[in-house]
Amino acid sequence: MELLCPAGSVPALKAAIENGADAVYVGLKDQTNARHFAGLNFDSGTLAEAVTYVHQHGRKLHVAINTFAQPDKYDQWTAAVDAAIKAKADVLIVADIALLGYIAERYPKQEIHLSVQASATNAAAIDFYQSQYGVKRIVLPRVLAMNQVRALAHTTNIDLEVFAFGSLCIMAEGRCYLSSYMTGESPNTAGVCSPAAHVRWEEENGVLESRLNGVLIDRFQPEERTGYPTLCKGRFEVAGEVYHPLEEPTSLNTLDLLPQLYKEGIKSLKIEGRQRSPAYVAQITRVWRAAIDSVLAAPESFTVDADWQRVLANLSEGSQTTLGAYHRTWK
Amino acid sequence: MNMKFSLGPVLYFWPKKKMQGFYQQAAESNVDIVYLGEAVCSKRRELKFDDYMEIAHMLREAGKQVCLSTMTLLEAPSELRELRRYCDNGDFLVEANDVGAIGVLNENKLPFIAGAAISIYNHHSLRRMVNLGMKRWVMPVELSGDWLADLLAKDIIKDVRSCFETELFSFGHMPLAWSARCFTARSEQRHKDQCELCCIKYPDGRVVDSQDGQRVFVLNGVQTQSGDRYNLINQLPSMRDTVDVVRLSPQSEGTFDWLEKFRDNVTGEAPQTLDKNDCNGYWLKLAGMVQHVG
Repeated sequence: MELLCPAGSVPALKAAIENGADAVYVGLKDQTNARHFAGLNFDSGTLAEAVTYVHQHGRKLHVAINTFAQPDKYDQWTAAVDAAIKAKADVLIVADIALLGYIAERYPKQEIHLSVQASATNAAAIDFYQSQYGVKRIVLPRVLAMNQVRALAHTTNIDLEVFAFGSLCIMAEGRCYLSSYMTGESPNTAGVCSPAAHVRWEEENGVLESRLNGVLIDRFQPEERTGYPTLCKGRFEVAGEVYHPLEEPTSLNTLDLLPQLYKEGIKSLKIEGRQRSPAYVAQITRVWRAAIDSVLAAPESFTVDADWQRVLANLSEGSQTTLGAYHRTWK
Repeated sequence: MNMKFSLGPVLYFWPKKKMQGFYQQAAESNVDIVYLGEAVCSKRRELKFDDYMEIAHMLREAGKQVCLSTMTLLEAPSELRELRRYCDNGDFLVEANDVGAIGVLNENKLPFIAGAAISIYNHHSLRRMVNLGMKRWVMPVELSGDWLADLLAKDIIKDVRSCFETELFSFGHMPLAWSARCFTARSEQRHKDQCELCCIKYPDGRVVDSQDGQRVFVLNGVQTQSGDRYNLINQLPSMRDTVDVVRLSPQSEGTFDWLEKFRDNVTGEAPQTLDKNDCNGYWLKLAGMVQHVG
């Protein structure tokens, strides 16, 4: 079972490798990946450096080219594919059918993983991507319950990767247009969700308001902990009641499920967070390395260490974590 | 090119009587194409497959082109079995709302319609879909008129332009996201497993407002819709070169009145004043929720 960690910079990548990641995933400095944030990601120089460093340590580098190509800039996406392959990346993480086809035809030996942005939630979709484009691994969306993950593990013969920890997308990824509805920019069209350029904070009489493109996402009393206005985690009103109609600010944490994921033969555990600091990546990688080593050594007697949970809680949104859709009662 | 009008699948959970009444009206209306089927939640079973087929034949006899719409978020094996029933119907063209459905249809060498939740953002994806048997596609709701024009102007698309049609979601609350969680059940403090199909109480979904009173979303089971109603009636003339089929998404009231208003404004002769909670931003390359006047 592989530990796959995020890196938005060379220092974060080194932190991941030094702390025990089996593989690291990165994106390029443009719209071709779903974490297109200022100051983040790799250009051709740092990508080459990253590949060299990762390979020197006997680990793997995955490159996410997982947004959907725009008609008038299509060449930018194929150029990203060409650049990643030239740099000798081990794996490309892709969602767009156009690019899947391009890679399968032009670079038939290249290992492709289907990005979570392609939203493959069932055996029929997995069969399609496997038979049409030779996809080797599927990154499963965060909408599946553990019993559904188990069913897919039993009914398909493809490698499965699941999200283990990090920000929780509660919508089927790659089919969520909430962000562009409010701001004009979405993961699919711009590689961003609830983009920072549209965020505004205002304080009046001690009450802090967060707005996204003018829409009030949340109001915080002085004693409340504030959070980034990700639009699906706002507090809104339904029939006179103010609450979080979609989801609370919380992070996904599957430590408790680790023995089950191992038992089902899940190939890879993915940690979300290419936008995070090297210090964050180091801490999170260390915890998950220890947890995976523990489950590999003795799966039957695995227990979650209280220290791990404490570290993870501190690194979580609103200090809260959830099993999300993996657990039925979340739904 | 003669612009056609369609009714999308009913996205809300309506009682059987209301559904039958709606499709009776559809049969008598001058809509060209009708999409039928449950596209949101497999627990909604007021109408079963055979009921839909009965309605499908009735509509066909009334001269409508009938298409069957499939579920958007497919997870359970039972949902895949139901999907295969739709795909094997033997009579009607199927709208695939998940790539899994495209896989099943392609395996059986059947043509298909790619629904708006299929991520076709560029000419190469579209061309690959045409090669797989796609006869019509509904553009993702978040894309603009300019995006569509750019895409259709590419050579690899011009070559096959006569092989497929372009449909645009043009009226109604737009489906913006799908989740494992049921937000209608959550709004009643229920888990999805104990939802008691409470969404049947909300024939237009449940409205979500910001704390200062701005309409934000509509909750429709596992689907989150746009708070504002998309209404491109005044943009119809700008679609003439690119859009073949204009889709109206059924609302609990007034759908057929709007159909007439849309037909009357194809050439821009009968523009309408938009309601306060109408939007048209996406088509105009703005945030989706924006209402641009003029």
